[in-house]
Amino acid sequence: MTTIPVSNGTSNSGSSGRSNGTPAPAAPRAVFDWFSAVAALGVVGIYIRAIYFTPIERLQGAAQKIYYLHVPAALAAYIAISITALMSIVYLWLHDERADRLAEAGAEVGLVFLTVVLTSGPLWGHRIWGAWWAWWDMRLTLTLFLWFIVAAYLIVRGGVEEAAMRGRYSAVLAILAALLIPFIHLSVYLFQARLHPMPVVLKPGEPSLPPEMLTTFLLAFAAFALLCIAFIRARYRVGLLRDLAAELAA
Amino acid sequence: MTGRRTPGVVAAAWLIARKDLAIEFRTRTAFLSALVFAVLALCIFYFTWDQSVVPPADRAPGVLWVVLAFSGLLGLQRSFGVEEHDRGIDALLVSPISREAIYVGKAIGNLVFLFAIQLVAIPALAIFYNLPFGRPLLAVGGIVLLATIGIVAVGTLFSAMAVNTRLAELLLPMLSLPFFVPILMTAAQATTLVFAGRPPAEVWPSLKILIAFDIVFLVACTLAFPYTLEE
Repeated sequence: MTTIPVSNGTSNSGSSGRSNGTPAPAAPRAVFDWFSAVAALGVVGIYIRAIYFTPIERLQGAAQKIYYLHVPAALAAYIAISITALMSIVYLWLHDERADRLAEAGAEVGLVFLTVVLTSGPLWGHRIWGAWWAWWDMRLTLTLFLWFIVAAYLIVRGGVEEAAMRGRYSAVLAILAALLIPFIHLSVYLFQARLHPMPVVLKPGEPSLPPEMLTTFLLAFAAFALLCIAFIRARYRVGLLRDLAAELAA
Repeated sequence: MTGRRTPGVVAAAWLIARKDLAIEFRTRTAFLSALVFAVLALCIFYFTWDQSVVPPADRAPGVLWVVLAFSGLLGLQRSFGVEEHDRGIDALLVSPISREAIYVGKAIGNLVFLFAIQLVAIPALAIFYNLPFGRPLLAVGGIVLLATIGIVAVGTLFSAMAVNTRLAELLLPMLSLPFFVPILMTAAQATTLVFAGRPPAEVWPSLKILIAFDIVFLVACTLAFPYTLEE
C-alpha cells in the first residue's frame, strides 16, 4: 500500500483520449510513504506499551486492555466519517472530484475502524457485562447503525457507473445520513430510558485514571489518528489511480 | 406549449400524483401485491411466537411495524420504477415543471398508496390479533400517519436513486431501512404504549421525534432530490 509503481504521466503519450494536448493528471509518485510507516510503527509501539508497560486494571483485569484498541478505533472512525460528511458537502458545492475521492476514502476507512469497534466491543462486553451485546448501550447501538449506513454508502458507490452521478448520489446520501444520526441517537435514548435505568458501565474513573494508563491512552489516540489519516491517504491514491486508469482507457 | 400556462409547483405535483395514482388504479398490480403481502405477513407472524408465552395483543405493535415497513418498500419500489420502462422520466424532466414538484408529486402518490394499504392492514391486524376497535386504534392511526410521512419522505428520494443504479430493487431496502430505524423504533413504542392504555403524556415524546423527523427529512429530501436526477 505504501509504494505505488506507476510511471509518472509518460505511459499515456499514445492514448487517443489525450490528443487535445491537455496534460494528464499527475499520477502519484512512487515513493516510500513515510507517513504510513510512522503510523504503523506508532501502533506497534502503543501495543508494546499497553501490553508490557501499562498496569493491569484491578477490577477488569486484562480485559481492560481492549480499551487501547476499542476507544482509539472509535476515534479514528469518527475522524474518517467526519471527513466523508464534510467532503460530501464540499463536493455538492464545488463539484470537485478530489472532494468526492476523499469522501470515498473516508467512508471505506471509517467502515474498517467501525468494524474494529464492533468486534472489540462485544469481546470486552462478554467478559465484563457477561453479555456479547447490550442493546441498551447507546454507543454500541449507534455504532452498529452507523456501520450499516456506511456500508450502504459504499454499496451505492459501487452501483453507479457514471462518475458525476456517483459523486452526487453518495454526497446526498452522506449528508442525509449526517441528519439521521441525531434521530437514531434520540430514539435509542428514548428506547433505553424507558426500559432500563442509565447503564452503569464500569468506567475506571475517567478523571482519576492512573498516569501510566492515561499516557498510553493519549498515545494510542495519536497513533490511531495518524493511522487513520495514513489509510485515507493511501485509499485516496487508489481512487486517483483508478480514475486515471479509467480516463486513459476512455 | 403555446397557449398553456406552466403549472405552479403545487399544481404540477398534484398532476404527477394523479398520473401515478391513475396508472396504479388501472393496473392495480403493485397495490394488490403489496396488500396481499401485508395481510399474508400479518398471518404468518402470528405463528412465529407461542401464544401461551406471548399473548397476541402484546406482539401486535411489533408485527404491525415490521409489516408496514416492508409493504411500504414494495410501494416505494414502484414509484420511479414505472418511469423507467419507456423513459417516462425523460418526459418529466423536459416538461416545464420544477424538479421539486416531481419529488412532491411522487411523494403524494406514494403517501396515498401506503395509506390505502394501511387502511386494510390495520383493521386486519385488529381482527387477527383480537385488538379492541375504537379509540386506541384511532390513536394508532394517527401514529401511522406521522410515521408514513417520514417513510415516504426518504423512500421517495431513495427510490429515485435506486432505479439509476446497477442494483435497482436490491438497493432500496438497504438504503431505506437505516433511515427507517428512528421511525420504526419510536412508532412501535408509541403503538405499544397506546395499546397498553398508557396516558398520552407518555406517548408524546415519541410523537415529537416523529414530527421532527417528518419536517427535517421532507425539507432535506425535497432540496436533495434535484441532485439525484440526470443533469
